[in-house]
Order: sequence, then structure tokens, then C-alpha cells
Amino acid sequence: MCGIAGVIHRDGTADVGAELTAMLQSMKHRGPDSTGYAVYGPADDLVVIRFVLAEPNKSTGFGMEERLERNRAEVESRLAKIGAEVATVTSDTGYAFRATIRYGGDLKALADYLEDVPGCEVLSLGSSLEIIKDLGDAQTVSGQYNLGSFRGTHGIGHVRMATESEVDLASAHPYWAYPFADVAVVHNGQLTNYHQWRRRLEQHGHRFQSECDSEIIAVYLAEYMARGLSLETAMKHSLDDLDGVFTYVCVTGNELGIAKDEMAAKPLVLFESDPLVAVATEEAAIRALVKREVETRDPYEREVLVWEV
Amino acid sequence: MPGSGSRSGVSYDARGLVEPHADMPDNIEVDGGRARFDAADLTIRQINMALRQLIYNDGITDVTVLNPSSKHSLAVGILKRCRIHFEGSPGWFACGLIDGPEVTINGRVGWSVAENMMSGVVTIERSAGSLTGAAIRGGDLIVKGDVGARTGIDQKGGTIIVTGDVGINTGFMMQRGRQIICGNAGMNLGDSMYDGAIYVAGKVRSLGVDCVPGEWDDADTELIERKFRIHGLGDPPEFQKFVCGKQLHNYDALEPSERKLVIH
Repeated sequence: MCGIAGVIHRDGTADVGAELTAMLQSMKHRGPDSTGYAVYGPADDLVVIRFVLAEPNKSTGFGMEERLERNRAEVESRLAKIGAEVATVTSDTGYAFRATIRYGGDLKALADYLEDVPGCEVLSLGSSLEIIKDLGDAQTVSGQYNLGSFRGTHGIGHVRMATESEVDLASAHPYWAYPFADVAVVHNGQLTNYHQWRRRLEQHGHRFQSECDSEIIAVYLAEYMARGLSLETAMKHSLDDLDGVFTYVCVTGNELGIAKDEMAAKPLVLFESDPLVAVATEEAAIRALVKREVETRDPYEREVLVWEV
Repeated sequence: MPGSGSRSGVSYDARGLVEPHADMPDNIEVDGGRARFDAADLTIRQINMALRQLIYNDGITDVTVLNPSSKHSLAVGILKRCRIHFEGSPGWFACGLIDGPEVTINGRVGWSVAENMMSGVVTIERSAGSLTGAAIRGGDLIVKGDVGARTGIDQKGGTIIVTGDVGINTGFMMQRGRQIICGNAGMNLGDSMYDGAIYVAGKVRSLGVDCVPGEWDDADTELIERKFRIHGLGDPPEFQKFVCGKQLHNYDALEPSERKLVIH
């Protein structure tokens, strides 16, 4: 099951947090276990890091508060040691944090150094990407992280029905394409050659946050883009290399792309106008965003489409 | 109060499931044998409850539903002759398992429209999602636009007409009935079909296993001209016919309605 959604405004910023929340909430029946967002605000010279120090269902208990505070201090200390100038560190939940830093060094080294802190998992890194995910439906997560006021140009979201892995943050989408800045993916489907590609990508030095097959897509695409391929070309390659039934949406700092496998087994509906493109698993999500009757269509098998901000 | 607690008009119980309780809507306008109501703020259950009350209990034969707003499973399981008009786009599984109604949809539909339809007519003015007419057993299903993948999968009778293009695996495991595709067809047309006929006016990307070009005869011309005339589709284009090569499966070609007439 699961539901995915994406929206891109080609004429400037909009309330993408509220828009994605409305879309995802209308697909709650496709997955009430967790909800995730990858949203893009206006880029500036600060690097935005979203990280967690504990799973939400393991963030309380004896001594946990002190441990979280200690680990948070350790993260800040490591940021300073690696040469980053910390601008802000805030938390909406006590276990999930948002930091903005000035940093011109290697992002992989930064992410690896932070993830050495016990319980620390970097959800996203980039100049405009922010990944927010937590347990519960879209309204719950949006309320927790104040996403209703998030303004940006584009974003993707995911509602998850846990079928093959835990109900936890590690298994929740979207996935950041570690260690590449500003690339994220949401996916609906199953990849049957997951282990083959995981081994292959691990041999190239990539690490994975989860046991979820969807994470492969993010890392795969980022790997190809790092070799100089465009997002669209990398996505077209993925149709030959990834095996299974899948529809996925990938976002970069200025693009949003969709891809369907050769069997077109997983749903996706597309609405496209000059200023706005919206995609979702079900029409109901498009209607949650665009209230009037609009022309939509189902992309066909092996179709790859990319839009730019 | 149904619909309270969310902007979409849907509420959820403590387990996160769609709230099963619903009251009969109070915005139905009845005029003789006709009725109409606005579904924008109604739940799926309320819309279907209103349709069943009007058609089965109140003797209404013509119902117009305004603003279905892509909600799922509307007008499912109506087993009575009547007319239903949707002004707008229903979501997934619209008009499944119907037996008798004539439905017009002035919009598009999501996946699995008219699934398992037994008889009646469903006309969609715009495009449709995948699994259109899956396992239909009878009746006519007309889509005046493009459709997604697996149109008429497991079709067991009836006629599907698409004025636009169709996607991959159209007619997959089709057992009876006819498909008339005015546009192009995706990969694996008629894959593993048992019987029936698929007519395509545009290009076919590839034929599926055991789907072969068929011989055209006068009955094909008569069928297509009759269907186009009945449904006001203008002059039919030229079609190619595709049938089962009978290398995988082979058995009698009776539709369920014809089977009833056979004396055992």
C-alpha cells in the first residue's frame, strides 16, 4: 500500500508544507503508520541539517532526557570540531532536531562524524532540503513540526503502511540520498533486486540507514548524478537496473521527477499546469490541493518526467 | 455529525480507519422521478446510502450526483435499471458490480471503474485510470479519453470502448467480450487471452503471448458500427482485429448470459 505525493511550484514559493499535508491526509487510508516530508525552502548560504537522536517510541524512559541532552551537546561539539559555525539548533520534539550551520567542507565526512554520536541519524543535509518524518498521520506530524507555516518551491511526501519492516523512523520515507546534498525520494512498490544493488552501492562506499528497499533508489540516483548524469537520465537508467514493481518521485534542489516501472503496476496520477505540477497515488490527493475539476492522467509504463522550479 | 474533524469531510475512528457511521444527507432535491444532490461535503458512505435509498426505496429512476470530488467506491453494487449522472470526477472503484444502471460521468475516473459490471452502460467523458473494466461480465463501458494499464484484465463479457490510448497489458487474460480501442495500445496487448476480440485503430507497441491478428468478417463491421451508432461516437475509424491464438487455453466461448440459455 503506502501513498506518495509531490508538488512543485514553477512560479515561486508557496505553502508547500500545508499543501502536502492536505494531500497526504486525504490518503491516510493508504498508510497511517508514519508520515514523512521532504520540502525545499529558499536556498541560502547556510547548510540545513535535520537529525534525530532517538526513535520516537524509544525517546522516553529512565535517564533518557539527560542522554538526549548529552548527545545533543556532543553533536554541537562535533560540529564545532569539524569547522562548522553553528547558527541555530532547535527541536520540536526533544528527539528530532534542526540545525543550520555555515560549512564549506565535505558533507559525507560531516554526516559520518555526526552519526558516530550514539543514536544520531542524519535525516537530511543540504542548502534547502529538509526531511521531516515521524509516526502518525499527516496532520499529527505537521502539527508536531509546525509544517503548516513552511513555505517553499517544491516537496514530496509519503504515508506509510508498514508491511515488511518496523513502524519506526528508519523505515519511514522520504529517504535522503546520503551523502549527496538536497536529493530525496519517496517510493511505492517493491524492489526485488534490493540486496544485489545494496551490496553494489556499499562497495562504492555508501551506507544505508535502513533495511527498506526504497532507500536504494535515493542512493542509486545520487550515485549516477554524481557521475555527471542529469536527474532524468539517471531515472531512465533506474528503469533498466531496478527490478520489481514501483512508482517513485525524486526531488533535487530545483527539480521534481517521477518514474514508473515497465509494468505500470503502481498508481500515480499527474496534474500539470503552467505554475503547478502535482502528483499523487490517488486523485483524491490532487483534489485536496486543487479544489476544482481538473484534467489529470495516469503516466504510462516506463514513463519518466522531470519538472524544474 | 458526519464529516466533522477534517477538511476532506472524512473522519476516522480511534484505529485510524474511516469512520463507518453516517447519516442520510439532507440536501437531496427530488422532482418527480428525478433527484439530485451535492456530494462535495458528504462521505462515501453517505453518497452510496443516498443512492440506494433513492433508487431502491423511493422509486427514483434518475439521480444526479454533483461534485463527487474523486471519492472512491461510488455507485457500487446497484442492481437495478436506473440512470445515474456524476457531474465531476469519482475516484477509484466507481460503479463496480453494477447490474443494470446507465451511468454517465462528466469527468474522469480513477482505477478500476466498472469492475465486475454485469450489465448496463457506463460512459466516461474524459480519461480513466488503470484496470478500467477489470473482469466485466457484460454491458458497455465507454471512455472518451485515454486509459491506464491493464484495461479489461480478466474481462468475461461485454464491450469496452476507448476513444484514446490504452497502456500496457490491455486485455490481459481476457476470456470473453470485446474491446474497441481507437488510439494506440501499449506493450503486451491481449497477453494470455483466452477468447474475445480486441480491435485497435492505432499502433500496437507489442502483442502479448498467444495474441494474434484475427480475420475480419462482416460481424465485426456490424458490431463496431452498431456500438458507435448507439453511443453517438461518430464514424468509426479502421481497426485491426486481435484474437487468441488458442495455443495456451481453449474452451467454449459462451458469455455468462449465454451460458444460462444452454440446456444441460
